[in-house]
Amino acid sequence: MANAFCRRDFVKLSGISAVGLGAASILSACGGSGSSSSDTIKVGLMGPYSGDVAQYGLAVRKGAELYVKQLNADGGLDGKKIELDTQDEKGDATEAVNVYNKMVEGGVVGIIGDVTSTPSIAVAQVAAGDNMPLVSAAATAADFVSFGPNAFRACITDPYQGKLMADFAASQGFKTVATIYNSGGDYEKGVNDAFVARCKEIGLSVATEQGYQSGDVDFKGQLTSIIAVKPDAVLSPNYYQEDGQIVTQARQLGYTGAFLGADGWSNIVGGDQEYASAEDLEGCFYDCSFVIENESEDVQKFVKAFQDEYGEAPTNFCALGYDAAMVLLGGIKTALSKGVDLSSDDGRQAIVDGIAQGSVDGVTGTIKYDGSGDPVKPTLVITFEGGSQKVFDEVGA
Amino acid sequence: MEESNLSEAVESSAASTSGSSRKKLSMPVRYLINAVLVAVFIVVGELMIGSGTITRYQTTVLEQVGIYILMAVSLNIATGYLGQLPLGHAGFMSVGGYSCALFIMHMQGTLGLTVRDFVTGSPAAVVLFCAGLLFGGVMAAICGLIIGIPALRLKGDYLAIITLGFAEIIRVVMLNIDGVLGFELTGGARGLTGIPSYTNFLNTFLVVVISLFLIHTMMKSRHGRAILAIRDNEIAAEASGVHTTYYKTLAFVVSAFFAGIAGGLYAGCIGVMAPAKFGFMKSIEILVMVVLGGMGSMLGSVLSATVLTILPEALRAFADYRMVVYAVVLIIVMVFRPQGLLGTYDFSLTGTLERVINGELPWRKPKKEVDEND
Repeated sequence: MANAFCRRDFVKLSGISAVGLGAASILSACGGSGSSSSDTIKVGLMGPYSGDVAQYGLAVRKGAELYVKQLNADGGLDGKKIELDTQDEKGDATEAVNVYNKMVEGGVVGIIGDVTSTPSIAVAQVAAGDNMPLVSAAATAADFVSFGPNAFRACITDPYQGKLMADFAASQGFKTVATIYNSGGDYEKGVNDAFVARCKEIGLSVATEQGYQSGDVDFKGQLTSIIAVKPDAVLSPNYYQEDGQIVTQARQLGYTGAFLGADGWSNIVGGDQEYASAEDLEGCFYDCSFVIENESEDVQKFVKAFQDEYGEAPTNFCALGYDAAMVLLGGIKTALSKGVDLSSDDGRQAIVDGIAQGSVDGVTGTIKYDGSGDPVKPTLVITFEGGSQKVFDEVGA
Repeated sequence: MEESNLSEAVESSAASTSGSSRKKLSMPVRYLINAVLVAVFIVVGELMIGSGTITRYQTTVLEQVGIYILMAVSLNIATGYLGQLPLGHAGFMSVGGYSCALFIMHMQGTLGLTVRDFVTGSPAAVVLFCAGLLFGGVMAAICGLIIGIPALRLKGDYLAIITLGFAEIIRVVMLNIDGVLGFELTGGARGLTGIPSYTNFLNTFLVVVISLFLIHTMMKSRHGRAILAIRDNEIAAEASGVHTTYYKTLAFVVSAFFAGIAGGLYAGCIGVMAPAKFGFMKSIEILVMVVLGGMGSMLGSVLSATVLTILPEALRAFADYRMVVYAVVLIIVMVFRPQGLLGTYDFSLTGTLERVINGELPWRKPKKEVDEND
């Protein structure tokens, strides 16, 4: 610290910092000068496009951008083109709030976002004060829709999936079930707890609940305890990498019953690598909003359009992004038909009402809202047959 | 609040020995000048926000600037003034944030205050805000005390690792305390939601100004000089009668206290607290601000916290290259100015004024002695 700071250095430094600040202010001025003209409607799209959870944000963005592109190609809404204001929030709540404020100043009439739980809640809290319409593709956290009537989601929640799989287990005639789940995960624990609660209500016996820690790869200890109680089915509501290992290891230990899963199972076949063999998965079930094997016409049209656009098959998140965009723009269309100024308070209310009362035919099913921000929509139960996935059943709303 | 720390004391004693004719500003005048400038800054800021010249987005970023200034300056106490290297500052921020948010959320219901009251600033809300921040600060200070006593027996790398470990413990406690206690407190991995937005431009900067003033006066007092003596040479300080353990712990606790207050402001600014946000990287981010600005320089911490908070927002258009630019800036600074941008230099407005009054202008050659502490 003996090195003193002489004047010449200070002058040099001030010169450099002045140039730096000047450049920064010019840049920020450039960034802020995007005002929407009268023949476009500006819609915000936010999510994590870099950082730890970028894969979800990017998948949702591809789906949402595809829908907007298709809509614009069809002439937009009432002859107005949709302009997307896409901003990265890096999976961080602070950045998400900044992005939200920036979008509001940019004149967006509604926002598709956010993607992951904590930033979504942060945005939902701020947005409730403005009554800004928010449609999230993937925020499953229960709190997301609890701050105001303006927040909606396109996905089903964790508790809903747990309940659905419990009912499904009962309908398949299973009497005794067991569960194995990541006890440190928000999602896994949420599904598991709802499943167990519902089983108790409908009289299914839950023989054992086995927890494991994030990062575990050997589940034989838990599986041995599960096999000892001879369950008819085992719920494994985790992400597909772990589910695959659990199924494989259980088969090695001689378990022949069914496995039940939640939408974390999507990608278990046809994903980045094979986590469980076709024979091992035979006769397992999971619930999901979207699979490319779904033969419904809408889904096949979407899959084809997506492949043409990006050269890859869409995932569950892409489909939810597509539907989230559809829900929001459906609401905007209703509001436009009433002839209100979209950027006014009345306009926002009209969009929120439009979403709440409307119904759209998305690729993940018909989405309606029944007085809350949680969707009422059908869910698919998927099974495996000869190494490929097949829609086993469609459970109504 | 940009006043000098040490250099001024050195300088004034040097001045008094060298020349008797040097005019000096009296203390009340100095305080008045600074107080007026702070008041002007806040009033102009408020007016610009009121009239919409500063937009809501910019206001939120400004609030974050204030919060990070407080974080950087408080870490600077432990790093720059005490000369230790703690890596767990984010842990104190989260303790302060959670405590303050929980305190305000629970008391809000008891006192029957609504979110509106925080915006309009009703007396009860103001009192609750202050009490909440103090509570957050005190909780963080208690954690600082618990961590500091064992940690400060170690030095350098060992201290860095132990504080890093303690910050991780805090994070994991926040994550799992609900399950262990069996009732809803921090919300675990889901995070604490529904925190009223009690932070605004005015109260953020008032808190920042008051905190900087307190830190500055502490560092200029006998206690501050003892802390600086420990940094420069611990053995010599101890030999001269400085109670090193006491002063090391004191500096560490004060550092934690102000980090807790910054955490409280942060909770109100964002409205959500999640343990994952207070990991190792957050501590590093704050340490980078301090090191970049210059360890031991309050102005350096203030400037680098401001620039490093605004820069990512200003560079939003080039989001993909932002982290590269950030890293390159750090490498360049560390190669060419290892002591940080400002080193230990601190700016004193009144000191500069005095020099101007006395005609000691930068372009004039100093008469006799070389004054190097510019």
